[in-house]
Amino acid sequence: MNKSERLELGKWAVTFAKKSGANDVAVNITNDRSIEISYRDESLEKLQESTQNGLSLDVYADSKYSSHSTNDLRKDSLEKFISEAIAMTKYLGADKFRGLPDPKYYEGRKDINLDQVDHNHSSITSKQRVDMAAELQKLTSSKSDKIVTCTAGCGDGITESVKVQSNGFEGTNARTYFYLGAEVSLDDGKGGRPEGWRYRSTRHFDELPPAEELATPCVEVALSRLGQTKLESGRYDLIIENIAGNRPLGAMRGAMSGGALYQERSYLEGKLDQPIASDKLTIIDDPFIVRGRGSRLYDGEGMATRKRTILEAGVLKQYFISAYYSRKLEVEPTTAGTSNVIFGTGDRDMEAMIASMERGILVTRFIGGNANSTTGDFSYGIMGMLIENGKRVKPVNEMNISGNLIDFWMSLSEVGNDPHIYSSTRTPSMYFKDVEFSGL
Amino acid sequence: MANISRRRFVELSAKGAALASIPIIFNANPLMAFAPGLEGEGKLDAYMKHFGVDKDLMQKIMSIALEKGGDYCDLYFQHSIGNYVALEDDAVNRAYSNIDFGVGIRVLKGDQVGYSFTEEITPEAMKLAAKTASNIANSAPTAKVVDLRMEVTPNYYPIKTLWEDVTIDQKIPLLLKINETMKATDKRVIKSSVSFSDDNSYMMVATSEGTIACDYQPMTRVGGSCSAEENGRRERNGFNLCGRQGIEFLTEANLARIGTESVRRTVALFEAIKPEAGEMPVVMAAGSSGILLHEAIGHPMEADFNRKDASIFSTKIGKPVAESIVSIVDDGTNPNIRGSLNVDDEGHQTEKTYMVRDGILESYLHDRISATHYGLKPTGNGRRQSFRFAPIPRMRNTYMLPGPHTKDEIIKSVKKGIYVEQFTNGEVAIGAGDFTFFVKSGSLIEDGKITKPIKDINLIGNGPDVLTKVTMVADDFKMAEGGWTCGKGGQGVPVSMGLPSIKISSITVGGINS
Repeated sequence: MNKSERLELGKWAVTFAKKSGANDVAVNITNDRSIEISYRDESLEKLQESTQNGLSLDVYADSKYSSHSTNDLRKDSLEKFISEAIAMTKYLGADKFRGLPDPKYYEGRKDINLDQVDHNHSSITSKQRVDMAAELQKLTSSKSDKIVTCTAGCGDGITESVKVQSNGFEGTNARTYFYLGAEVSLDDGKGGRPEGWRYRSTRHFDELPPAEELATPCVEVALSRLGQTKLESGRYDLIIENIAGNRPLGAMRGAMSGGALYQERSYLEGKLDQPIASDKLTIIDDPFIVRGRGSRLYDGEGMATRKRTILEAGVLKQYFISAYYSRKLEVEPTTAGTSNVIFGTGDRDMEAMIASMERGILVTRFIGGNANSTTGDFSYGIMGMLIENGKRVKPVNEMNISGNLIDFWMSLSEVGNDPHIYSSTRTPSMYFKDVEFSGL
Repeated sequence: MANISRRRFVELSAKGAALASIPIIFNANPLMAFAPGLEGEGKLDAYMKHFGVDKDLMQKIMSIALEKGGDYCDLYFQHSIGNYVALEDDAVNRAYSNIDFGVGIRVLKGDQVGYSFTEEITPEAMKLAAKTASNIANSAPTAKVVDLRMEVTPNYYPIKTLWEDVTIDQKIPLLLKINETMKATDKRVIKSSVSFSDDNSYMMVATSEGTIACDYQPMTRVGGSCSAEENGRRERNGFNLCGRQGIEFLTEANLARIGTESVRRTVALFEAIKPEAGEMPVVMAAGSSGILLHEAIGHPMEADFNRKDASIFSTKIGKPVAESIVSIVDDGTNPNIRGSLNVDDEGHQTEKTYMVRDGILESYLHDRISATHYGLKPTGNGRRQSFRFAPIPRMRNTYMLPGPHTKDEIIKSVKKGIYVEQFTNGEVAIGAGDFTFFVKSGSLIEDGKITKPIKDINLIGNGPDVLTKVTMVADDFKMAEGGWTCGKGGQGVPVSMGLPSIKISSITVGGINS
């Protein structure tokens, strides 16, 4: 099915649903084609190629709501699927807040090229992919004689979608994606197999880094974990490496959602326009970054995207509010999810921050843990490195950091100038003062 | 006991369809596939009809898949149907359903994997997918496809009514009832929600070695959750029951328990404090504390990591890893438990696999590739999320067998430590062995007595090290009741876990430094 056929099918589904008794309906149709290859210890390990389709249907009938999805896109099957979905919806309880967004929120959709599709995508050959994974694996394996196994992988694909909503929304979207990465396990001589990995994902093939840029840090990370120990429990300064910063950020982000606010399970309720982090933290949601991993012109409900300030110098400037929760909470909708999360950056990179650290812990990986979004209390496992007098002294593991998200983000004293650009959440490395660690 | 052979896919009238939880939409497939009263080959015929294939076609597709020199091939057919209804603001006002249908084709050449799938089960689409998967090999054909013979499997999850026969108007009162219980139990409850899901899968797997097996895999999960307020402080928590069960599982008593237990767990948090940070003895309550085993030993014992020499347990089979009171199994045969399987996703029957017997490390958890690698029989741990994924070794129900102590003896033996009861999530680094699990609630133990409640702390340890620190094991074994889903390699599969009360002499607790 090509783009115009998908759009036609979407429009047909909307018309059919309305004819079958829906007052309003939203239809999404997606198609994804992907190829994945992995290469392990000098031989091809896995080759996977696939195409998949999906249609989802949001039904609004007599103030009632339900949502359905299927992967059978044949019209005769869909007729039955849609009729039954609508009939079933009528058995539910009414919810006057349900409905498509007011069409005024569809307006102002930008007409710009976000360069989300690599038009050379279909010319990449199987041999190129295998060669790329093989080269990376061989190069990575050559970096240390402690490596017991090394796997490199690459993959790519294209996702195309259309969205049609019965109150006047139509949109089409296409994205290509590529990834390349390696992982190694080392023999630590005592039965342990510390791991390291580096992956990069991009929208365009030519943005993938050369093998060397992945191989060396992948092995360095694993080597840096040899001989890990835990330290005394206590309060330490903390640097979080840019690639690891997502976990505490995700906990804060979760508490900003309309659902969390409405269910009274958000520690950020009533905090709009108040400081919830140190003045070093500014975060913008920017949907318009060319080739960005999270770029988009409209959101999951069809609302036109905008660049939005989430935090400005530590002050909370907006929540993530869908059309539904905007009605329940009696506020304007914003958008239900982030696009590209961009940080206001500082002047120095992580190495400069490490050099200025008297004594503290560099966290390179979080492991497990969770946060209570109602109270903001959190506790996460970590791996990393003890820093003393600006130098990496020894690897640490089996420790937790704990605290409350408000106190924790208030203790942010510096943001690096090194955002991780291979992700939709572009976290830089960050320096926090006086954080609670548990170990021995 | 209803079983698939007595089941027919009913051609539903408009009203019937609306009342049924899910639309049954595959017109191309004979909806009357499951004729009443059929067993054995009759049951297999019904499945083949449902998927629109026969033995000849499957053997032909597998021959095409092996044309480039692959030495093994399997076909995994799946039709899964998921329903979810939920209550917010005292009304059951949202429902979701999902239908998924397709076949995955896998070709092996030694430990190399070629994989493809198609959502259209037609001869043309399957041939194309078979050719794609065949490309993992690159030589003249070597393996032959053996005539298919049905694998007769046990039924570890008998249920009375198939979920397709349960109508949405049967579910709605159950959700309302749980909600009423939550609101009536404690005045501090300010918001409540209830969810009810059933996810059911029809699968059929055929292999080039001649095995063909089919299975109906029911699953349900019902849970409550509430926010409560006291003196301006808020807490939220919940409780759910889950299993390969039918609707008869939702007795009055179970519904009441979901309501009262959701509230009890929420309001208990008002009193809860954070314990001190650092190493201390930890007593793990019987039941979902089995998450310890899942992270500390289960994952690192999955044989794919071990055949690649990448696990902390890669060199430890046959060696003592714990005190002799410790035996740990991974079991696919527990009646109606969430991780149980009549047959794994490679067509192997499941079993009770001893990972640790009387303190000695005994067996990894195998799929076909790893069993071949080690020259062993598969253990029935080859699982996949859906037809879109190649199977890999995964856990089923992972638990420790009861030991010689009592819970009281264990609590009394701790001067200063914690008792942990409810968990939300865990993670493990396979190679280093570091694992964590997050404790939602528990209590302090002071001078051999349970005292103040505690909450929201992460525990972190190292798998092999913590196993040696299991110093007491009680006789009060319990299986977890909630719905755990395990993630690995981008695939989620349902699992369960269990534990008697045990004592870990020392582990690092993420608390507050005094």
